Amino acid sequence: MAVRPRPLSPHLQVYRPQLTSTTSIMHRFSGMILSLAAVFLVIGLLAVASGAEDYLRYKTLMSGGFGIGLFIAFTFSLSYHLLNGIRHLAWDAGRGLDVSSAYASGWASIIGAVILTAVVVGLVLGGAA
Amino acid sequence: MSLRSPLGRVRGLGSAKQGVAHWWSQRITAIALAPLSFWFLWVLVVNAGASHEEMRSLIAQPLNAVLLISFLYCAFWHGKLGLQVIIEDYVHHRPTEITLLLVVKFSAFLSAAAGILAVLRIAL
Repeated sequence: MAVRPRPLSPHLQVYRPQLTSTTSIMHRFSGMILSLAAVFLVIGLLAVASGAEDYLRYKTLMSGGFGIGLFIAFTFSLSYHLLNGIRHLAWDAGRGLDVSSAYASGWASIIGAVILTAVVVGLVLGGAA
Repeated sequence: MSLRSPLGRVRGLGSAKQGVAHWWSQRITAIALAPLSFWFLWVLVVNAGASHEEMRSLIAQPLNAVLLISFLYCAFWHGKLGLQVIIEDYVHHRPTEITLLLVVKFSAFLSAAAGILAVLRIAL
């Protein structure tokens, strides 16, 4: 018997993305990035524990172009996942579920995450310089 | 009034063979991680560019060590739960799915253990 492919929903080719679906996908994606970020945090802690030489090596890696790029991606993922996570917890408590609130809180998560990222990255790079 | 059948209540299990433990742990770790994440970002900002000695004494402070270990524990648990759902949703080849689930579970545990050991070695 031939196996028919299972139907896909939503139909991605004819699907107009909304803010609510975009924030949902971004939540999952930032969560995946944060799993990687957590591993980088552990490597940093191991470097501090291992001694001044390994810490310097880690610090050099993280202050190069590659490291700063990772740091910005990690900080944005944490800021967004944190703010949008609070939005999800409010939903779990039954609050803000109507369409206009969901859109307002969605924009608040995105804009708040951009501001928080700019502040943290600015202060960290300023402090490290 | 309960919507659960008497048999379901006796067994304590639904058709998924488990209750709401996964959903609930994800919320509990999220509630713990919200203040811990703000604390972590604040620590990063205040201690940017710290030397090795400064970083060691920062982590060695009892309050920081306790919060850092809590952060690592909750973050890897929460991350494991999240990655598990993503794999269950998108990986439809059962052997690959089980392999990935085990890889995620074991790496989350090993990373958390390594991070906590590092904090303890610095703090103790």
